[in-house]
Amino acid sequence: MKFAVIVFPGSNCDQDMYHAVKEVIGEEGDLVWYQDSNLENYDAILLPGGFSYGDYLRSGAIAANSKIMEQIKLHAAKGKPVLGVCNGFQILTEAGLLPGALLRNKGLSFMCHQEEIIVENNETLFTSGYQVGEVLRLPIAHGEGNYFCDQETLRELEKHNQIVFTYRTNPNGSTANIAGIINRAGNVLGMMPHPERAVETLLGSNDGLLLFQSIIRNWRESYDATNARI
Amino acid sequence: MMLQTREFNPEKIEQEKLYQTMGLSESEFEMIQQILGRLPNITETGIFSVMWSEHCSYKTSKPLLRKFPTKAPHVLQGPGEGAGIIDIGDNQAVVFKIESHNHPSAVEPYQGAATGVGGIIRDVFSMGARPIALMNSLRFGNLTSNRVKYLFSEVVSGIAGYGNCVGVPTVGGEVQFDESYEDNPLVNAMCIGLINHNDIQKGVAAGIGNTVIYVGAPTGRDGIHGATFASDDLAENVAKDRPAVQVGDPFMEKLLIEACLEVIKSDALVGMQDMGAAGLTSSASEMASKAGTGMEMNLDLVPQREPNMTAYELMLSESQERMLLVVQKGREQEIIDIFNRYGLHAVVVGRVIEDKVFRIIQHGEIQAEIPVDALAENAPVYHLPAIEAKYFQEFQKIGNKVPSVGNFGDMLKRLLQQPTIASKEWIFDQYDSMVQTNTILGPGSDAAVIRIKGTDKALAITTDCNSRYIYLDPETGGKIAGAEAARNIVCSGARPLALTDGLNFGNPTNPEVFWQMEKSVEGMSKACETLGTPVISGNVSLYNQSKGRAIFPTPIVGMVGLFESLEHITPSFFQEAGDVIYLIGETKPEFGGSELQNILEGTYQGKAPVIDLEVEAKRQTQLLDAIHKGLIVSAHDLSEGGLGVALAESLFADDALGAIIQIRGDETVALFSETQSRFLISVKKENKDAVEKVLTDAIPIGVITADGMLTIYNESSIVLSEKVAELRSLWKGAIPCLLK
Repeated sequence: MKFAVIVFPGSNCDQDMYHAVKEVIGEEGDLVWYQDSNLENYDAILLPGGFSYGDYLRSGAIAANSKIMEQIKLHAAKGKPVLGVCNGFQILTEAGLLPGALLRNKGLSFMCHQEEIIVENNETLFTSGYQVGEVLRLPIAHGEGNYFCDQETLRELEKHNQIVFTYRTNPNGSTANIAGIINRAGNVLGMMPHPERAVETLLGSNDGLLLFQSIIRNWRESYDATNARI
Repeated sequence: MMLQTREFNPEKIEQEKLYQTMGLSESEFEMIQQILGRLPNITETGIFSVMWSEHCSYKTSKPLLRKFPTKAPHVLQGPGEGAGIIDIGDNQAVVFKIESHNHPSAVEPYQGAATGVGGIIRDVFSMGARPIALMNSLRFGNLTSNRVKYLFSEVVSGIAGYGNCVGVPTVGGEVQFDESYEDNPLVNAMCIGLINHNDIQKGVAAGIGNTVIYVGAPTGRDGIHGATFASDDLAENVAKDRPAVQVGDPFMEKLLIEACLEVIKSDALVGMQDMGAAGLTSSASEMASKAGTGMEMNLDLVPQREPNMTAYELMLSESQERMLLVVQKGREQEIIDIFNRYGLHAVVVGRVIEDKVFRIIQHGEIQAEIPVDALAENAPVYHLPAIEAKYFQEFQKIGNKVPSVGNFGDMLKRLLQQPTIASKEWIFDQYDSMVQTNTILGPGSDAAVIRIKGTDKALAITTDCNSRYIYLDPETGGKIAGAEAARNIVCSGARPLALTDGLNFGNPTNPEVFWQMEKSVEGMSKACETLGTPVISGNVSLYNQSKGRAIFPTPIVGMVGLFESLEHITPSFFQEAGDVIYLIGETKPEFGGSELQNILEGTYQGKAPVIDLEVEAKRQTQLLDAIHKGLIVSAHDLSEGGLGVALAESLFADDALGAIIQIRGDETVALFSETQSRFLISVKKENKDAVEKVLTDAIPIGVITADGMLTIYNESSIVLSEKVAELRSLWKGAIPCLLK
């Protein structure tokens, strides 16, 4: 399976994402500069954290309007996996691939520490390796991670089981403790916690490993199934 | 200090002594005339004034800095370049330096702190190294006035705002609060970079005819005369100096890091230096001076943010996120293309010339022509008089009286809530301490630990300085500063390699302040020699005083150590019930400069704690040996608040753990004295004999329990018995509570 880690000017978790996929998990992957617009040969797209375009205007807003997003939207429309973490999640909401918005943290400060994250939905290609209700220890590192959506959107998210992760103790004021959501089609996931920072016990937690392994396992199964049909 | 430069002709500068408003003395102005053989014009006067400021020339501190040991087989680059470099084996090296941004932070704390971080990161990547970690060392007044609270929270936001955005983790630091910093906070930032030996880059303008390229943000009128501003007492009405503070753009810096590290790989690059203090002036003249060449620069080609900027303004601007490169003639486009890919401007602004002069051209006219060595190498050096401070002899006469403490449990609680001792989580939670995924131990440990990917190695990093001891006794305090930093590194299990010094003092023309500088540098040098940790880089910040009152002498030590194996990494917290607790080193009644004295007397006086560097070195060597033999479960050094505080801190990782401790003799001495060269360790029961054999000064004092209580006995009577959870919550809540 081949991952594309998209690098915007100002992305700063791109190397970490690449390291997790390539060195720790041992899958194929490339760092793809935002001006290189051909994503056809990739099976999954990872939008890393950071401060794309310095978070100027609004976090994620400028990246969401860059040319490579057209490619990413095409990729998503084909049902291929797209994962946005932190600034990547902000970009996905700004691009309209996920509903809602990420506001400034309730306490108005940037915060960085490990949080307890509850798996709410394991029927996704990103979380099938986890149990529902399982508590993951994942780092957060954001100033604008306060997920907001209106009541109607929240009802829709709940109805279609789109809330994938919640915080055990809400650190930033997020609506309904939301830490991560998925689109209706189930192939675009956005989350504020950093699974790529939790793939080695040496650094405090490897609870994020299963997320990447779930993507890979599901891709292999569907790949095998497709090939079997042929 | 907006000078309408056109109105000032050379004669007027001389007659009206305008050079004095720029910080040049009469004798310095005469030297300039001798060097040039004529009167300088306004641009030249400005250039000399910044290059000969203390900030750029170290003219008063140079004689002291020569005392530091700077050489060792593992030192690849000592003081003199953007940052120092030490070898860590396998063709890898570590680059690091600390730098102050005190005066800007006193005036505009957010931008002052942010640009301090930006500047030190540029020092590191301009050597060709990838910045992998940031540390800081901060000093503020007591957290009681609204002004101090404002300075404190804005400085922290500024460090966070810049460091988080550029994607370099802030992995640790230290903060102290004392009245002497009330109007003059200290903001020292340290950056650590990783490099392969063959990528080491120096800031040289070599090769006659080679091209000078300007990269990064356009030049504006911000920060003009910042270096001069940093070399004078802080004015009481600081707001008027706001134009001398620069504004940072971490996004631009992030792009510069990536582009410059790509450019380093090109053999078309000859030299690179960041434009820090004194901007274009210092980068250009230093690069030429080091290469023994000259430089000609056409200011019409320099990207400008504002119209009608004069040569004076362009040369003295301290606009941030700018770099100066020297590139092989004919290969400019290769380099420009790399920068363009990152959306950065890179333009040719000049060339390397044979005449050893720095020639500035604007509007077709020569605006300045100065011999380069006069600016960089041959700046004046002053040997200022030092007089032993009057208070020192008074303090030496005061005996080591044991203060009387009523309830020991209550005193421990008070100590844990002192801002200097209390949890700094409110601060470091705002820093991204994990980006780059190398942080094994982040803020809150004795030393931060970051791994080096692809190896079994890791680095330990710490910043430290107890300025109270240095105030009481600069030489002893200087020794302690060096020793304590090494103690932190050793406790984590790493071997101390080298240090960078951030020397912060008051006005050096005050002989008592200069005495503090001289003695503390001598003390630090002795510690460096005995502990084998050379000084490889550093920064001097003087004139840290306002309303005629100097700060406590604060020579900060930033130290880096190496783990040869990840197995040696040792936590500072107790780990498991049943483990045996040892105290290494005897305890004497020493309360001068202690946190207990601060609480009980509201001031610092008397003798600083004694330190014997040979004993310190022996204990550090033995502890490291025991750690490497796998005998030590946890290790923590004793510092402010003594054994009582160290015991509580060792329990704060896990509320379920507790300890039963047996002390001897006077309880106040045993619990709260700040005797040096002491360590608190925990070991497995079965390793007791082996530990005692290696650590000859280790005394068993208790055992870790599972009852969540810290209980201390003297013989059979209980000295204190407190819930760890309660101690922890007081310790954790103190700073947030003060800020409310």
